[in-house]
Amino acid sequence: MTVPPTPSNVVPPDLTTSKSVKTVTGITVRLAGDSGDGMQLLGTQLTNTSALAGNDVATFPDFPAEIRAPRGTRAGVSGFQVQFASEEIFTPGDTLDALVVMNPAAMVTNLADLRKGGILIANVDGFNEKEFKLAKVESNPLEASVIEETYRIFKVSMTKLTRDAVAEFGLGTKVADRCKNFFAMGLVYWLFGRSLDTTLRFIDAKFGKKPDVAAANVAALRAGWAYGETTEAFGESFQVEAATLVPGTYRNMMGNQALAWGLITASKLSGKDLFYGTYPITPASDILHELSKYKNFGVRTFQAEDEIAAVCATIGAAFGGTMAVTASSGPGIALKAEGMGLGMILELPMIVINVQRGGPSTGLPTKTEQSDLLQCMYGRNGEAPLPILAPRSPGDCFDIAVEAWRIATECMCPVMILSDGYIANGSEPWRIPDVASMPKITVNHPEGTDTDEPYMPYARDEYLARPWAIPGTPGLMHRVGGLEKQDGTGNVSYDPANHQHMTDTRAAKVDRIAERIPDQDIFGDPTGDVLVVSWGGTYGSCHTAVKQCREAGRKVSHAHLRYINPMPKNVGELLRSFKTVIVPELNKGQLRLLLRAKFLVDCIGVNKIQGKPFSVSELVAAIESHVADSSSATADPHSSANGKPKAESIAG
Amino acid sequence: MLPVLKAADFASDQDVRWCPGCGDYSILAQMKKILPDLGVPREKTVFISGIGCSSRFPYYMNTYGMHSIHGRAPTFATGLKSTRPDLMVWVITGDGDALSIGGNHFIHLLRRNVDLNIVLFNNRIYGLTKGQYSPTSTEGQVTKSTPMGSIDHPLNPLSIALAAEGTFVARSIDAHVKHLGETLKRAANHKGTSLVEVYQNCNVFNDGAMAYAQEKKQRADNVVELEHGKPLIFGSKSDKGIRLVGSRLEIVNLADVAVDDLLIHDEKEPNPAIQMMLARMRYPEMPEPIGVLRSVEGVATYNDQINEQVELAKQKKGVGDLQKLFSTGDTWQVA
Ligand SMILES: Cc1ncc(C[n+]2csc(CCOP(=O)(O)OP(=O)(O)O)c2C)c(N)n1
Ligand code: SF4
Repeated sequence: MTVPPTPSNVVPPDLTTSKSVKTVTGITVRLAGDSGDGMQLLGTQLTNTSALAGNDVATFPDFPAEIRAPRGTRAGVSGFQVQFASEEIFTPGDTLDALVVMNPAAMVTNLADLRKGGILIANVDGFNEKEFKLAKVESNPLEASVIEETYRIFKVSMTKLTRDAVAEFGLGTKVADRCKNFFAMGLVYWLFGRSLDTTLRFIDAKFGKKPDVAAANVAALRAGWAYGETTEAFGESFQVEAATLVPGTYRNMMGNQALAWGLITASKLSGKDLFYGTYPITPASDILHELSKYKNFGVRTFQAEDEIAAVCATIGAAFGGTMAVTASSGPGIALKAEGMGLGMILELPMIVINVQRGGPSTGLPTKTEQSDLLQCMYGRNGEAPLPILAPRSPGDCFDIAVEAWRIATECMCPVMILSDGYIANGSEPWRIPDVASMPKITVNHPEGTDTDEPYMPYARDEYLARPWAIPGTPGLMHRVGGLEKQDGTGNVSYDPANHQHMTDTRAAKVDRIAERIPDQDIFGDPTGDVLVVSWGGTYGSCHTAVKQCREAGRKVSHAHLRYINPMPKNVGELLRSFKTVIVPELNKGQLRLLLRAKFLVDCIGVNKIQGKPFSVSELVAAIESHVADSSSATADPHSSANGKPKAESIAG
Repeated sequence: MLPVLKAADFASDQDVRWCPGCGDYSILAQMKKILPDLGVPREKTVFISGIGCSSRFPYYMNTYGMHSIHGRAPTFATGLKSTRPDLMVWVITGDGDALSIGGNHFIHLLRRNVDLNIVLFNNRIYGLTKGQYSPTSTEGQVTKSTPMGSIDHPLNPLSIALAAEGTFVARSIDAHVKHLGETLKRAANHKGTSLVEVYQNCNVFNDGAMAYAQEKKQRADNVVELEHGKPLIFGSKSDKGIRLVGSRLEIVNLADVAVDDLLIHDEKEPNPAIQMMLARMRYPEMPEPIGVLRSVEGVATYNDQINEQVELAKQKKGVGDLQKLFSTGDTWQVA
């Protein structure tokens, strides 16, 4: 038996193509196959490689809720979309320039997004009678004449070519076939002029202990690249130059990872160890996986028996003086509601993260939605307002986590972070901050005394925050609890006037945060025809749509809220400075409800509840329809709200 | 030197508001009495309760305390003890609180063996919500919510605790003050989760439900006091004993059976089979055991382990450095 070459001795020199290369500003590609085909891995590799090439990147992984969805079926299709560009981008792209499909189900479920003239690469070995049946198609979709006419199609025998490429390693067919995603990767890398280095390093790290598998994957990757280079079918490849980003050192970053890193950073900045209490739920679990790696940073992770235990343990840790965080998704946040109310009346600092997914109930667990906003605003018994922050992109999760802890400790109350599945799993280049220059978060615990005077646990400072006296401190013994407290003493009180006072005080404490957060910024002019107001993960689509409309000469601006409760002081004024306010949301209009109620300004919703993010084009169309409306001089600026808002029909 | 504290030093300035005659008073009194003996300063002592009459307890103690939400006290205590192992933590709970709404957390606290002490006030009724049956109410018990008698089979906290691999499991009685004090003290000194079930009379909604065990006159015949290494003898004249026959416990007359043939109590036995048999002894068929059923030392605690992992990680990888973390893996430079 010959010893299979190890990955390091088969690493090829950096490959350069001899075919013609066309330079483009950006490319959107989606890789789609069966959930067992390794499309997420392929997508992640392409993303990292592109980011390292200096492109701006944005990704959108999309996978079924089932771990092993029935093979070959439409329900089992797993996709990964990435846009890489030489200019700053904010979304993973709308229509696809290229689509790679491993089987018929992947083709029929994704083809609608491929632009006319776009590249379609199909693994023809995945197209046979058995697969047609599984995908519920009558005949081979590749053979339809309209396909040939509409797209640039490349039929590649990936399974067979992969088997040939890895034959020398003597692997079983099953293992050999599993290498075909690396073949596809090699081909994609050739087509878009990507270096193989990152992926070779990845293979080395991941399969280093199984040298034959590692060598086979390397061979498949190279074979894919060589196929693009040698076959007559491909006449040219494409190139995307590095983007001009703010100078600095960058790395690729996913939303949940950024949240975890932000939390650890906040704990360091405040000189506190971190306690993270949680119960697994998609799409929040990765925060737990990430944090549990960093015990050497003083991180203690607690996988509780349920979400109630998770939030309550978090409160227990906060009572003890630790930085305490809990996270979940909507269904788990529902269970945490009573505990969050307690955290609020105890006036203890902590962070509660909701990584939203499709609802109601179990809903669409692997798909994105923004429909927990009102749950987070109001989903607790009694008057229990909490500050709410929403990151706008994967990288922004880092800053939001730090900011949330700053607010929590300044105000002594739980702070909510409202992320979503799209941000959590998406990725973008992230500029590594200089930790030394980040402002410290000052946390004070009152010092002990040796007098036996009763301690005043609810005495308040200028922010209305009470002191964070922690067990172990002599002379400050006190009891907290869910029964209403007398202000100052903290004794149980049923006095009606005190309850009013405490309710008002807790609300005022949250409202006053508005004094310490920046004014709402605006992209575009401070007045005009249309203001697009958005929050959370729709930032990229909204920003790009407004940018396009402005480039087309429209008087459109964009305000994206990162602070949801309280809102920045100038939001009302901004809303009133435009003829029309459009609020795109991946829900039935929850922010719109808040804006209308708070500012008495009418707003038009663009609402999509399909488990999918907005495409830029549907938002452009929505905005355009209202620019036309609002420029028809005499009309009431908000008239379109009387009928069914046109925009709403776009999303269906 | 630590100042010598008295029971009164552990009393807060709050008026105690239980119904006159409630068994809770006695438990409060015993707690205040034993705490000074433990040598733990007041500021290092924390009482965490759920919701119920019994759960007002923390307000009456001049220590740190938290009156939390119904059934969840074990979870708050777990979070606190995991991050602050230097504190002595007590969980105060009722039968409804611990076993109905909090049943899940009760089990998980015990199996994790967090080093803290649970005192479960069992009055076999819901006191605070005014008299509904509880998971420990007897079959057929007539209450506000069971006018035709309860059809639920009662739970036995000791059996549950043993099934969850509890390392310290005990029972005492509000009216048996000396026994109660001693049992609480032993619980406090145990490393790991300790459970003390206390029979507590709710004289308003379930008066006398456990009179067979509470009243001095009846107690001797209906209760067997467990002592490690001693044979199980009971009865007002100490004339009865418990013997193990096959896999069954039976009552014997000491007139007929020698003391040497009686079951000798072994609280340290790691296999809980016989302790479980004891836990299942129920009045009126059998005398009910009080005292320590099980006390097993040397089982790792959750709080020790969670903190040891942090220390181990620091030793292995070095104390975390953010800037280094951010720069590991694939990064690139934009000029
Ligand atoms: C979520 C929730 N459900 C219900 C209640 C109402 N409740 C308060 S105490 C209690 C039962 C208490 O019984 P037990 O634990 O036996 O305590 P006791 O009052 O008898 O000491 C109930 C049902 C509550 N406070 N919270
Ligand atoms: S209702 Fe029962 S348990 Fe509650 S205080 Fe009164 S006597 Fe005690």
